[in-house]
Amino acid sequence: MTLLKVEALSREFGGILAVDSLHFEIAPGSIHSIIGPNGAGKTTLFNLVTGVYAPSAGRVHFEGRDITGLAPHRLAAMGLSRTFQNLQIFFNMTALENVMVGLHLTLDRRLGAALFRLGGVARKERRARDAAAELMRFVGLEAYLDVDADAMPYGALKGLELARALASKPRLLLLDEPAAGLNPVETEEVAGLIRKIAQSGVTVVLVEHDMRLVMGVSDHVLVLDYGRKLAEGTVDEVRANPDVIAAYLGSGAAGGTHGA
Amino acid sequence: MSQALKRKLADPRTGGLLGLAAVIAVLPLFLPNNFYYDVAIGAGLSAIVCVGLNLLIGYAGQISLGHAGFVGLGAYSSAVLTVEFGWHPLAAMTAGALGVGILAFLVARPILRLRGHYLAMATLGLGIIISIVVNTEAEYTGGPDGMTVPSLMFFGRELYGEAVWYWIVGAALLFTVWLSLNLIASPVGRALRAVHGSEPAAEIAGVDTAHYKVLVFVISAVIASLAGSLGAHYAGFVSPANVGFFRSIELVTMVVLGGMASTYGAVVGAAILTVLPQLLTGLEDYEHIAFGLILMLTVIFMPRGLVPSFFTIARNRLASAGAPPP
Ligand SMILES: Nc1ncnc2c1ncn2[C@@H]1O[C@H](COP(=O)(O)OP(=O)(O)O)[C@@H](O)[C@H]1O
Ligand SMILES: [Mg+2]
Repeated sequence: MTLLKVEALSREFGGILAVDSLHFEIAPGSIHSIIGPNGAGKTTLFNLVTGVYAPSAGRVHFEGRDITGLAPHRLAAMGLSRTFQNLQIFFNMTALENVMVGLHLTLDRRLGAALFRLGGVARKERRARDAAAELMRFVGLEAYLDVDADAMPYGALKGLELARALASKPRLLLLDEPAAGLNPVETEEVAGLIRKIAQSGVTVVLVEHDMRLVMGVSDHVLVLDYGRKLAEGTVDEVRANPDVIAAYLGSGAAGGTHGA
Repeated sequence: MSQALKRKLADPRTGGLLGLAAVIAVLPLFLPNNFYYDVAIGAGLSAIVCVGLNLLIGYAGQISLGHAGFVGLGAYSSAVLTVEFGWHPLAAMTAGALGVGILAFLVARPILRLRGHYLAMATLGLGIIISIVVNTEAEYTGGPDGMTVPSLMFFGRELYGEAVWYWIVGAALLFTVWLSLNLIASPVGRALRAVHGSEPAAEIAGVDTAHYKVLVFVISAVIASLAGSLGAHYAGFVSPANVGFFRSIELVTMVVLGGMASTYGAVVGAAILTVLPQLLTGLEDYEHIAFGLILMLTVIFMPRGLVPSFFTIARNRLASAGAPPP
């Protein structure tokens, strides 16, 4: 059984292929990492899978359904969520409200109920606040509940993205460099969170430069280079792969020595 | 005062509404004659339009440069359908609002799927077209001379005169503000704010951004149309003077000055910029320049607008005065 299946996926930007006829599958219930140097096409791959970009060629299947070209909000309803490498925070809201947006699909979205405050909107909103607060506690942000997002430090915003993504109760969660710019202590906390999320039954796809984090949490690793698959396998298999050693781990890109 | 009561009064949906109701109730004591009533009614009608426009601009982050056109369509629907076709005023008002809603939907639907400022350009064009149509279709609209509009009837009673219309517009404003506050404090309102904050993040959270952008545009257009109908029946007259591009810019300026993403800000902005030109009579020639200047200076020096800036300053004062936390 595969959760996500990518077939012959390509995307070109102005003549160069950012993602080049990529094939891979992700089985449910584990942590998959996608690594590769900057510009390898990792973020573009996330954008293709989550409907931000349309592919130039190829298909994406989620739980057996062809989701190629579907808008992100449709995918969210099907159980897909993600975080963004370049933070996408609602800076016009408090931290808690950011997470409440993640609950959108579980809430009463009828216009009439909203305008006239009918159908228990007030009570449902209180419950949504509680659920969002619970998620913020889960990612360790209980100190920021009613803080405006634009007053929060960078590390906390990374956690906020995670809490918001979890709010939509995804079955597949794509994390784009969740530890970039974090200090070692924060990175360790993120590693713990990723494990907890995976244990709760959410399949995690992790794009990350911090090799200690990747090697520490991953069940499966996919290595990208110039948009193509360079290698794939368990952590040990990938570590032992001569192509990977030559092209990636041997270069300065290894060990998370550079940032995002 | 009990904590619960304090919290209720601090809530914009109760405390703020009570405050606005109090201002509307007390204001007539300071209005010596019908001219002042007329200014107050004008401010109230503009405020209604601005509360709707603020949902679009302030909360959802989209721009309309053609809202005076929607106000005008509402006004002319009431005028033409009652005079030329003999409709009941309330039926004409409803039909105008429906028609405007459909027009707004048809315009916004294809445009709002695109990113960027296409809506600003499209509404600019739409506003200009509406203005041209009411000017040239003289057979129905009276052209540049305008046309008279019959009074609104309410249970057999004719609604006529400033003193009556002051309370009608006041009640309509309170109702509009209540709707706006309710909307913003709901999942729908949060979705609108999310569209403004980050479209990619809103989408992956499950928010159909195109749907909400179209929805808020239609809501703001319908509110503008209804305010236009009310204004037509109050004045008993419609003319193309207030349908044009400059009036649309005035409405945007009111929203920006009062404070984007603030329902009460929209009311304050509309009130100030309706009263101000009355104080500066004799300077009509410079009105366009003055509005342009106010818009520029606000954006540069007080981008959040009057009401949000005022509350930030007040809160900081309270905090630095060492006031114990509530
Ligand atoms: N929107 C875009 N327009 C043009 N080029 C892009 C765009 N997004 C990504 N690219 C290009 O695609 C390649 C892969 O980028 P990206 O997916 O961000 O890599 P990674 O996330 O692995 O660092 C790079 O050469 C980048 O410049
Ligand atoms: Mg990237």
